[in-house]
Amino acid sequence: MRLLRLWPDESHFDFMRLRRFSFPLSAFISVATVVLFLQVGLNFGIDFKGGTLVELRPKPGVTSDVGTVRHTANEFGFGETEVQELGQGSISVRFPLQAGGETGQTLVMQKAHAAFDKDYAFDRVETVGPRVSGELVQSGTIGVVLSVVAVLLYLWFRFERELALGAIVGTLHDIVITVGLFVITRIEFNMTSIAAILTIVGYSLNETVVVFDRTRELMRRYKTMPTEQLLNLSINSTMSRTVMTAMSTALSLLALVLFGGEAIKGFSVVMLAGVVICTYSAIFVSTPFLIYIGLQAGGTRTQTRDTSTLPQAAE
Amino acid sequence: MLRISTTKAVATLAVILIGLMLAVPSFFSADQRKGFINSLPSWFPTWIVPTRAIVLGLDLQGGSQIVLEVDRNDLGRTMAQGLRDDVRQALREAGVQADGGIQLQPRGVQLRISDAANRAKAMPKLQALSQPVTDATLGQTGARTLDVREEPNGLIQLAYTDPGFNARIRRAVAQAIEVVRRRVDLGGTTEPSIQQQGADRILVQVPGLQDPARLEEQLGKTAKLEFRMLADSPAGDVDMLPSKDSNGQRVPVERRVMADGADLTDAQPGFDQKSNEPIVNFKFNLRGAQKFGQATSENVGRAMAIVLDNEVVSAPRILQPITGGQGQISGRFTVQQANDLSVLLRAGALPAKLTVIERRTVGPGLGRDSIEAGKHATIVATILVVVLMFAAYGVFGLFANIALLVHVGLILGLMSVLEATMTLPGIAGIVLTIGTAVDSNVLIYERVREEVRAGRSIPSALQAGFDRAFATIVDSNSTMAIAAVILFFLGSGPVRGFAVVFILGILTTVITAVTLTRMMIALWYQRLRPKTLPI
Repeated sequence: MRLLRLWPDESHFDFMRLRRFSFPLSAFISVATVVLFLQVGLNFGIDFKGGTLVELRPKPGVTSDVGTVRHTANEFGFGETEVQELGQGSISVRFPLQAGGETGQTLVMQKAHAAFDKDYAFDRVETVGPRVSGELVQSGTIGVVLSVVAVLLYLWFRFERELALGAIVGTLHDIVITVGLFVITRIEFNMTSIAAILTIVGYSLNETVVVFDRTRELMRRYKTMPTEQLLNLSINSTMSRTVMTAMSTALSLLALVLFGGEAIKGFSVVMLAGVVICTYSAIFVSTPFLIYIGLQAGGTRTQTRDTSTLPQAAE
Repeated sequence: MLRISTTKAVATLAVILIGLMLAVPSFFSADQRKGFINSLPSWFPTWIVPTRAIVLGLDLQGGSQIVLEVDRNDLGRTMAQGLRDDVRQALREAGVQADGGIQLQPRGVQLRISDAANRAKAMPKLQALSQPVTDATLGQTGARTLDVREEPNGLIQLAYTDPGFNARIRRAVAQAIEVVRRRVDLGGTTEPSIQQQGADRILVQVPGLQDPARLEEQLGKTAKLEFRMLADSPAGDVDMLPSKDSNGQRVPVERRVMADGADLTDAQPGFDQKSNEPIVNFKFNLRGAQKFGQATSENVGRAMAIVLDNEVVSAPRILQPITGGQGQISGRFTVQQANDLSVLLRAGALPAKLTVIERRTVGPGLGRDSIEAGKHATIVATILVVVLMFAAYGVFGLFANIALLVHVGLILGLMSVLEATMTLPGIAGIVLTIGTAVDSNVLIYERVREEVRAGRSIPSALQAGFDRAFATIVDSNSTMAIAAVILFFLGSGPVRGFAVVFILGILTTVITAVTLTRMMIALWYQRLRPKTLPI
């Protein structure tokens, strides 16, 4: 039986040379993202913005009518409402946060029930008050920052300082681009999106760690190899695994996008894109970055440290 | 060589077997599980049969979640009012009068006693109102509840200190949780979960609830019931309260409370025998009956105000002393309202107003849809990954696939035994885990391929593959685990469900992808002794 090979067994591709293209590209995308983020901003869901969301499902025998719902919802006078069709006749209506503290939100619910109870069942109701949403923004930001710091510490202990730095640069790159994805696609940014970002942080590091693990091993074995060649070798020898894992993860996420239902579609799409971004950045951003911060493969510093503190790889 | 000690093999298999058995109940309904247990012969040790199933989150089974917050301003007002009564009592005992009454402040009261001699008489009594703060968990803290300040111009201020106020908030939250629990239970809903969240919040989760608006209304009501007298004129110690009888117009009500809801022992909805109108019948305890009997006999012929949450519900005239400790409240209720009111009265009054700051409700239909979609996605993802692994690694891929299925089973088993909640993002977590779980196997197999290419013998290539990949597997899973643990501590509800799945997934990967596949490959190799590796 011939087995499937997604990547040739022996490859000698010069990945490092491509940094001339990948670095400007990544830099451009990152800067563009920051600009877009500041100019356009994220499409915050009610988790972070506060407000009320109702999902209406037409009762049996009723044909749903987005136009009428939109018209009625706007008539309430609660400010800019967003009405969206969800498929299978379901309609989502999003009301902005009302003044008057928490009781203001209750008023929205009462009006919505009065207007739509006759034709629609309320499939989902979510109300987040102003204080809660503020706290969610805070804990979300803290979460992302904390995880990056924690991982930095872990890598610092397990790897050389340069490798830890490279991994963090790659991870930040992936976070920025993922946020950019949210800005451009207007996919709603909510608590689940934070989960998606943290998962991407995990995946991104996973990718980088696998390559760097090999780099560390090769550094010990080939003490005199030039950095660029060493890094190329690291990537080439882990490439078949990288492609295979990216493929299996992407396939399962694709299943989630296609069959997982409306509610987590945004999450799945972002994760799927995240796998592509993470794989790209491990190869074209964090690894070539090591050249710039002066990882000295055959240099005296690494060499002396290795022989003094780390056992040689057992042959 | 790929030798595995018998102890290790037995231990691994035992862990896997137990883990998979724990997952079994989750595939059956509660009735089926009970039926199975009952069908066992009586000598069979039933404790051996796993019974715990995965708990479905509200987003999957449908239901309501409400976060309530104790209204600090309202509690402060209530506390100030209580303090005013205490101060009044203290002054009476001292035989002193305040110039122009006692004024309410946001967190206390102030009064003026211009006469220095009177002030000297009153101060010890007022000082005595300040108690040491006691806390259920900390014991005495050394702080005092009240800050009593005397200013040279005769102004006296009594205000709750921060420790005093916070201790009171804690007590109020604990009390509110009890009241909320009784109200939800009396409402007849199944398996509600009521927990404290942070310093001043209460999280109420009610699965399968159809009418969250009514629950919310019931939970938000303070249900403070008071029996007072209607006053003849708006002057003096009276409050002007809205009246239900006269369509919200304000009527004067004496401040003195003759009896209140705390003395009730029972409240039941009923119908008035004459008018056939829905009413609420109530019963007092001994103390309440005495107070109520005395007050009604002193005030025969006058109108009594039944005040609920600072609204006069009705104001019947007292025709004769009510000494039996029983009475009724009428107030043009609907049957539903009379029912709700009796529930509220039986459950007791909230110590302060509760505000709904967050609510999330998912209809049962949507929950079912999500489960269906999740199942489909899981099945499709599994098939895709299984096919890919088999295509890439042949018989080794088959081993990885078995490990993958065991891995998913173990996650479900662990979730059952931990009674972790499965949420919609949790399903997404499982699907994602299916994709990443094979990573460890991929790492190992790719390494083995390399070693074979480097010219190693088969057993040593296998051995080296596992050994060398292990460090990488530990590093890569550790970094993912760090992100997942942080997600768990910071996330709430569904996101937490995702984190749990992800953490469990990382833990079980090490068992299945490393130990289990290693065992399978070792066994396979010892049986077949192949000349070349089919990889």
